[in-house]
Amino acid sequence: MSRLRIERLQRPGVNATGIVVEPGGCTAVHGTSGSGKTLLLRAIADLDEAEGEVWLDEQARSGMSGPQWRRRVGYVAAESYWWATLVREHARDWQADKLEALGFESGVLDWEVQRLSSGERQRLAIARTLAGSPSALLLDEPTANLDQKNTARVERLIAAWRQQTDGCVIWVSHDPAQRSRISDAQLEIHDGKLEQPRAE
Amino acid sequence: MQSNGLILLSPVDLGMAAGLVLLLAALSWNLQLGIGRRMLVASLRSTVQLLLLGLVLKTLFASTDPWLVAALAAVMLGVAGYEVMARQKYRFRGAWGYGTGALSMFLSSFSIALLALLVLLQPAPWYTPQYAIPLLGMLLGNTMTGIAVSLDSLTRQTVDKRHQIEARLALGQTAAEAIGDIRRDALRAGLIPIVNAMATAGIVSLPGMMTGQILAGSPPMEAAKYQLLILFLIAAGTGLGSMAAVLFGSKRLFDGRSRLRRERLRS
Repeated sequence: MSRLRIERLQRPGVNATGIVVEPGGCTAVHGTSGSGKTLLLRAIADLDEAEGEVWLDEQARSGMSGPQWRRRVGYVAAESYWWATLVREHARDWQADKLEALGFESGVLDWEVQRLSSGERQRLAIARTLAGSPSALLLDEPTANLDQKNTARVERLIAAWRQQTDGCVIWVSHDPAQRSRISDAQLEIHDGKLEQPRAE
Repeated sequence: MQSNGLILLSPVDLGMAAGLVLLLAALSWNLQLGIGRRMLVASLRSTVQLLLLGLVLKTLFASTDPWLVAALAAVMLGVAGYEVMARQKYRFRGAWGYGTGALSMFLSSFSIALLALLVLLQPAPWYTPQYAIPLLGMLLGNTMTGIAVSLDSLTRQTVDKRHQIEARLALGQTAAEAIGDIRRDALRAGLIPIVNAMATAGIVSLPGMMTGQILAGSPPMEAAKYQLLILFLIAAGTGLGSMAAVLFGSKRLFDGRSRLRRERLRS
C-alpha cells in the first residue's frame, strides 16, 4: 500500500499543499491549459526543482535519490518519447498481462517504435512505466489521443492496478465524465494552485 | 643557400609561395567564390603569427628561463580554451563555458607533455624550450580539436534529445544511464580524427611534422620515430582530454537529484 502526501510543494507556476492520495485511491486533476497541470506532475516526480516535501507512506522524497524516487513514483508524460529502436529495449520487466489489457499481442515488444501510431505509443508508455513496478502513478492526459475502446482499456487497467497493488494515482484529465468514472477525489488547478473544485 | 645540410629559405622563396595564395585569391574573385578576402586575411594572420612566434622562440631559446616558458604555455592554453568555447553551438553559461574545455585541455596536454619531457625525452633541464614549447603546441592543437568536437556533440545531442533523456529519467534511470549513449557518441566523434590520422599516416599522407623534419635535414628514420612518438602522445592526450571534457560536461548537465538542467546551456 502507498499513500502519497504533498506538503508545501512550490516552484514558479506550482503551489500545492496538504494533498493526500490514499492507498488505492485516484485523485483527478483538471484546469485550463497553462494552469500548471504538467508542471505540478513534473514537480512531484522531481524532474523540476521545487521546494517542499512529498511523502510516499512514511518515506520522504528528500531521503532518497532522484532516480530512486522516480522508480517509485511513475510519471507518464502527455507525449511519450522513445530512444531505442525496438519497443522491448525501453524496459526490463514488461508484464504480459498489462500489454494484453491494453490491447496488444505479445509480439508487440519486437515492433519498431517508429512504426507505432501515436495512440499505440501512448498506451505502451503506460505499460513501460508499469513495468518498473511503481508504487504511485502520475498520469498526464493518458487517453488524450485514444478512441473510446482504448480509453476504456486504459481506465480498466489502471483501476485493476489500483486494486491489485493498492497503489495511488494522480490523473490529469480534461473530460468531466472520465474524471467521475476514474477518481474518488477531484482537484482543480488555478495558476498553479490546487483547490477543491467549485460545485457545478 | 645552404648551411650544415639545411637549405635556408630566402624571402624570395617565401614570396613566391605567397604569390600562389595571391593567385588563388584572384581566381576566387574572378569566380565569385566569396572566399578570397578571408583567404588573404588568414594568410596574413598566419604570416604575422608565425613570424612573431619565431621571434618569441628565438628569445626564449636564448634565455631558458622557466618562467618565460610557463608564461608562453599559459598564453597558449588561454587561447586554445577560447577556441574550444568559440566552436560550441550551445555553450555552458558562466565560468563553465570557458572552464570545461580549458580545464580538460590543461589536464591532458600538460600531463602528457610533462610525462614526455620528464620520462621520455629527458632534455636538461626538462623545461628546455626547444622541446617543451613545440611539444605542448602539438598537444594543445590536437586535443583542442578533439575536445571541441566532443563537447559540441555532447551538448548539441543533449539539446536535441532532451525529451528522450527526460523520459528515461522519469522511468528511474540515473543521469549516467540516461545520457550514456550520447556520451559514447560524443567521445567517438572527438577521437575519430586522430584514429584516422594514425591509420593513414605514411600511406595517404605524410604527417606535417615528419615532412618538416625531413625537409630540415633529419634522417628519415629519426623523423619517423619522432613522428610516431608525437602521434602516440597526441592520441593519448586527445583521448584523455575528450574523456575529461565529456565527463565534466555531462556532470554539469544534471544536478544532484539527476534532473536535466537544460538552462545551464545557452540557447
